[in-house]
Amino acid sequence: MFNQVEGLAIDTDISMANLKWVLEEFLSAFFGTKVKTRFRASHFPFTEPSAEVDIQCQWNNGSVTVGEGNDWLEVLGSGMVHPKVLAAAKIDPSIYQGFAFGIGIDRIAMLKYGIPDLRAFFDSDLRWLRHYGFSALDVPTLHGGLSR
Amino acid sequence: MKFTLSWLKKHLDTTASVDEIAEALTDLGLEVEGIENPAAKLADFQIAKIVHAEQHPDADKLRVCKVMTADGETQIVCGAPNAREGITVVLAKPGTYIPGLDITISVGKIRGVESFGMMASERELELSDEHNGIIELPSGEVGESFADWLSANDPSKVEPVIEIAITPNRGDALGVRGIARDLAARGLGKLKPCAVEAVPASFESDIKVTIDEDTLDGCPLFTGRLIKGVKNGPSPEWLQQALKAIGLRPISFLVDVTNYFTFDQNRPLHVFDADKVKGNLRVHRAKGGEEILALDEKTYALPAGAMAISDDNGVESIAGIMGGEHSGVTEETVNVFVESAWWDPVQIALTGRALKINSDARYRFERGVDPKFTPMGLEHAVRMIVDHAGGEASEMVVAGGIPNFARAYKLDAKRVQSLVGMDIPESEQRQTLTALGFRMEGDMAHVPSWRSDVQGEADLVEEVARIASLTKLEGKPLRRASAGVPKPILTPLQVRTSVARRMAASLGYNECVTYSFIDQKAATLFGGGTDATRLENPISSDMSHMRPDLLPGLLRAAARNQARGFADLALFEVGTAFHGGEPGEQHIALSGVLIGRNGPKDVHGASRSVDVFDAKADIEAILASVGAPARVQIMRNGAEWWHPGRHGQICLGPKKVLGIFGELHPKILREMDIKGAAVAFTIYLEEIPLPKNTSASRPALEASELQAVERDFAFVVNADVEALTLVNAALGSDKALIEDVRVFDEFIGGSLGEGKKSLAITVRLQPKEATLTEKDLEAVSAKIVEKVTKATGGTLRG
Repeated sequence: MFNQVEGLAIDTDISMANLKWVLEEFLSAFFGTKVKTRFRASHFPFTEPSAEVDIQCQWNNGSVTVGEGNDWLEVLGSGMVHPKVLAAAKIDPSIYQGFAFGIGIDRIAMLKYGIPDLRAFFDSDLRWLRHYGFSALDVPTLHGGLSR
Repeated sequence: MKFTLSWLKKHLDTTASVDEIAEALTDLGLEVEGIENPAAKLADFQIAKIVHAEQHPDADKLRVCKVMTADGETQIVCGAPNAREGITVVLAKPGTYIPGLDITISVGKIRGVESFGMMASERELELSDEHNGIIELPSGEVGESFADWLSANDPSKVEPVIEIAITPNRGDALGVRGIARDLAARGLGKLKPCAVEAVPASFESDIKVTIDEDTLDGCPLFTGRLIKGVKNGPSPEWLQQALKAIGLRPISFLVDVTNYFTFDQNRPLHVFDADKVKGNLRVHRAKGGEEILALDEKTYALPAGAMAISDDNGVESIAGIMGGEHSGVTEETVNVFVESAWWDPVQIALTGRALKINSDARYRFERGVDPKFTPMGLEHAVRMIVDHAGGEASEMVVAGGIPNFARAYKLDAKRVQSLVGMDIPESEQRQTLTALGFRMEGDMAHVPSWRSDVQGEADLVEEVARIASLTKLEGKPLRRASAGVPKPILTPLQVRTSVARRMAASLGYNECVTYSFIDQKAATLFGGGTDATRLENPISSDMSHMRPDLLPGLLRAAARNQARGFADLALFEVGTAFHGGEPGEQHIALSGVLIGRNGPKDVHGASRSVDVFDAKADIEAILASVGAPARVQIMRNGAEWWHPGRHGQICLGPKKVLGIFGELHPKILREMDIKGAAVAFTIYLEEIPLPKNTSASRPALEASELQAVERDFAFVVNADVEALTLVNAALGSDKALIEDVRVFDEFIGGSLGEGKKSLAITVRLQPKEATLTEKDLEAVSAKIVEKVTKATGGTLRG
């Protein structure tokens, strides 16, 4: 059980290079540090070409630090939307193209805040909610910073 | 999928290192999951020499050896029969971990004689099953690392094993040759030719094969050759080593050959002991219920429609999945019938799933085996068998024909560049496809027979992109949809949901996310638990139904927190609840639950138990924050999980419910294991009307210069009259003048008598044109009294 956020960009000239830029920018903004990424060719039914994205990390006694070290950790799947998917959505694939990605938000939250167990997200333990919670009116903005 | 470098080199002429290959594979989409280096576990073992050996004084089978090591001479007690003076051995010093024994060697006394280490056998080092004695090396210097010695003298034993994860589209990479082809296309070497000289036919096969008409769609092609006079037995060392390296157990030569080609060429084969086959072989569909004892020594009953290979004895093989024990080859087999057939992936998957058999053959046929290679795969295997085990081979028996999956797609080089966002020249694109086995004819790319996954132009883009490397791809900023400040992207409902969420949080509630799936009991308590919202395949019985409401999830969360010793709780959740099982039968809700006291005890004595008015205040605050109309009706008749007398629905008319608040029914709370009372509210965010005027401007403020006046009234009404009825009547009596009406006092019973109550209100009057005179005030007071009396049946309190 997990939650997922999906991204989709469709236009006449969107490329995989755009996808890579968007995800690299996002990951660095999210983790608040320049994160090295690795785009690995992969396979998903709804995208072609497809890529899995790994981020640079380091494992230490079972806990992981993002943005340093020599290991890679898979964080998301992505690719160029399959022409058949566009056609099924009544978008002419001979004119339009675009990318799609899906990120498990629990997963990257775990990485960012060092939360070891996914189940805790759904347990509503008051101590946990208070520990990982945010100030209600502290809304992230471009000028005030997006990452908390 | 596992393979070794030397196996890869049978197909790929390369000088690349294991690391280079691993990096390229991952980048190509054949993700390396691990590289197992057998030398790593041998790192602590050193070469030593026995300089003197004598009988143990107290044990017949033990010898006391003086061993020359890098650190000088040491004494080791050894039980191996071959431990003798002069031999070169593999030494484990005290503190060394022995992989084959799963122990760490320590200094010990064996029958009274001290022993400082151990001399190892091949089995103890997991190099083979050999355990008749300790290892005797033909060469090697005292103190030399044993792993280094093996690399130099017997490299296949310490070869790194690469394990890769294969995505479901890449059946071809389930053979080492497919992996080699990808690497060659990447430029990491040259693919070696893979020709075989077919063994000449000496006779006509005694065993014939037919495919039933109704089975040709599942088995379009079956080929086989009978080999007579083979000598089965253990496989040659190289073959045993190759299979062992990737974790397979050598069985006998004939079986090992089939396993070899399964992994080498993604070409599963089967061998029948021809002497146990009665009559001819027939490929057909099972009627259902036919039993077969398979090679895994389990008996399976075939489902109707599953493909099978039978002879006059009955079913001999579960086609494409697993052979039968009865006609399987043994060490004694002399006449063998080798099968190479092509099975339809979907049908194999269905049968495999029904029988729950996971075999290497099923895994491969499901993902796609090269149909065109079927007869050639057979020739490879027959050649290997005859060359090593002798015998004479029959003509090839063929039933059906190679299925024709030929297809070609147009390579649009510009489109590829546009999609990938990389300047890959057309010549390079064509070269990539050619290297992968595509045949270019003009701009049409003919798909090789082993790439069943390539089904369109988009697949050509993928091939070009992954060989060109996505790692090398440079990110390019995404062009903005429009210049300047972007327009809002959130819908009004999304904005509302977010405002409501922050409002609830700022009121002191903690936000929860509970599961959308809940248990049937809780779902039923809240109007759900129906078949329409039941999950077909729930993770557990606690998650069998879609939630009809957010409250059961919040109450379960509250109960867990109560159990942890938190008595005062304010929890909320925003999410989707499901009132039916059809698309659209869901709604977005925000629910809050308050339990216990409204805060910790304090010096002001302000702490008290939460009540229904706390829930009302909070729901009103949240509704106000998202712009819900201020004028609402409060109605009863909420669902049965609310306390019958202590709840209200906030409505804009009888059918437009914006939300509900109140105390939860004590019976429900008991069922949900909540201690004490709980008040709650739910807002149906989609029900709140959106403002008609969406522009940012507002009408000018008309702030009156004239003084507002407040007047108080008290009415005696029946006890069941709701305050809101009275307030609304007063508000409606002069809409131009009356700005606000508030209840400030309530008094029940006493001198008023049974069944009566007094409600006191403050009315705020705001004149717009002229200051109110005493006469004006009397007129409006009379109107208020009249309206209230009419609406409530009450009287002005004297």
